[in-house]
Amino acid sequence: MSSVKSQIPNSKSQAPESKAESQKANGAELGAFRIALRGRKVVGGRAEGEALVTRHAIPGWGGVNPVQGVITELGHDLRGIPFKDRVLVCRGAKGSSGWSAMYHTTRLAGTAPKALIFNEMTTKIALGAVVMRIPSVTDLDRDPLDIIESGDWVIVDADNGIVEVCKRS
Amino acid sequence: MQLTDDERAMLDGRGGTAQQKAMELLVRYAEALGAEQFVNTNNVAGVPGSANPFLQQYYRGKDEGGRDAIFSYFDLDADELVDVPDALVPTAHLQGGADREHWRDLGVKVEIFRNYEEREAFASRHGVEILKTCTPYLAGRVPQRGEHCAWMESSAVVFCNSVLGARTNTEGRESTSAAMLTGKIPDWGLHKTEHRYATHRIQVDVPVESVMDWGMLGYFVGDAVQEHIPVLTGRYNHPEIVRLKHFGAAASSSGAVEMYHVVSVTPEADTLDVALGGRPPRDTIVYGVAERRQVYERLNASATDRDVDFVMLGCPHAALEQLQQAAQLLDGRRVSANCHLWIFTSRAVKLAADQAGYSKRIADAGGLLLTDTCSAFAQALPPGAKVAALDSAKQAHYLPAIMGIQAWFGSTEDCISAAITGKWSGELR
Repeated sequence: MSSVKSQIPNSKSQAPESKAESQKANGAELGAFRIALRGRKVVGGRAEGEALVTRHAIPGWGGVNPVQGVITELGHDLRGIPFKDRVLVCRGAKGSSGWSAMYHTTRLAGTAPKALIFNEMTTKIALGAVVMRIPSVTDLDRDPLDIIESGDWVIVDADNGIVEVCKRS
Repeated sequence: MQLTDDERAMLDGRGGTAQQKAMELLVRYAEALGAEQFVNTNNVAGVPGSANPFLQQYYRGKDEGGRDAIFSYFDLDADELVDVPDALVPTAHLQGGADREHWRDLGVKVEIFRNYEEREAFASRHGVEILKTCTPYLAGRVPQRGEHCAWMESSAVVFCNSVLGARTNTEGRESTSAAMLTGKIPDWGLHKTEHRYATHRIQVDVPVESVMDWGMLGYFVGDAVQEHIPVLTGRYNHPEIVRLKHFGAAASSSGAVEMYHVVSVTPEADTLDVALGGRPPRDTIVYGVAERRQVYERLNASATDRDVDFVMLGCPHAALEQLQQAAQLLDGRRVSANCHLWIFTSRAVKLAADQAGYSKRIADAGGLLLTDTCSAFAQALPPGAKVAALDSAKQAHYLPAIMGIQAWFGSTEDCISAAITGKWSGELR
């Protein structure tokens, strides 16, 4: 669809952070163990941040409070942990068809994650990623749930389908 | 991605800016999915232009010159206000807002209700059928087998695919509103025959008969297969619509089931082999006595206090025969002074229940029949309610998590009994 792409509005939240901010955040990570993963762009753009990882699928309406930016589903391992500005790494999406509207609302409320990395494509997570307007990738050449741990610094270059993982330790 | 001439014309704005923005959103969405083309749809079910209190507040004062901010910015995810044309294809409005007669009972403030009315009028002005239900298939919108649809509401989606044999993915707010203006939706997933075959076989080794049984089986299956497609074989009575409604709603709550097959019951499962598309199942999962017990305990995990002060029925919205059953169970009895009984249904079914006299019998016993929403969706409980009784596994999944309330799960009879006595005495039979 190359001829069409130019007409499509790009992600608003994809501007790279300033170099200084990026280096500051990465300061402890310079020279740290880095791993690159390759996958497919879902939503373009580039962002980086601290990973928030779950092997569970992410719930939608009824399992998330978008204004507070936390999952509320009973028994979910991310319950109560803010996902604002994190790079969310998950299996995929589950639950209600209100998924996209809930995560769309996180963008309005300023609680959205910075980027999204997931394994299983569904209409919920595709549309949700589109309306959150955050860099998103899937179909990675290694399972990101095996590589990335919460707290790792992750750089998502969705346009090129590249995920760079800076291990915390 | 291949675009047809009419799709390209829409993208070029030849059908106006709103349709152009709708097409841009659909192209972004299709590219995210990795879809190669669109499919035409004449059957959309969504919530176009609706607004919860957060969206009402967020977009207040942002309409300009008659152009609608909520539809422009939120439904179409556009960065500019657009003139919204009428729906291009038949579009139904799913649940939302509050009962037009009893909204005060739901704790809705007057300014919020007025806004609900304005949003409904907006949708109605644009040619949207105001069904206001999660069960459009019980309110006159019944797709044909093989028909391509763009529906949201997970319990309706799974019914549409599995029971009716029509084809829809679980669409969202934005994709259904875009489909309403274009008649297009990505040709992906369940629109394609090869993605509709069962992947997991569920061997039912315990009798599954009542509505409660089917709800529990659905809750088990959703958890077991997550987003995959189960096919049921084994010991179950031929289920009718209410049982399938509760089964699918439960399976799409504990998991993300969008399609299931029941051998010799659902339209794409004449035989096990047909349901599986001639391939062996990836896994066979047994549902027996122990699994049934575990599901029951899980659905009752939030409850300890047997003093029930709230009973809610109608998730998904009650069918006419369920209102008849409730009326029969309530005849000559009275809801406890310490308890509220709320039953939710669609406007269409309520009209039929009014004419059949069921509504009056429920009201005479002290029950409240409500439309348009439910407790979980509206986040509405009677004042002070702490312990609920529910006959829906879906509602039991959501309500304790959303409202922080205890919830018992059981049969409709258990729930009506609790409403009359104020005590929970349900058990697994």
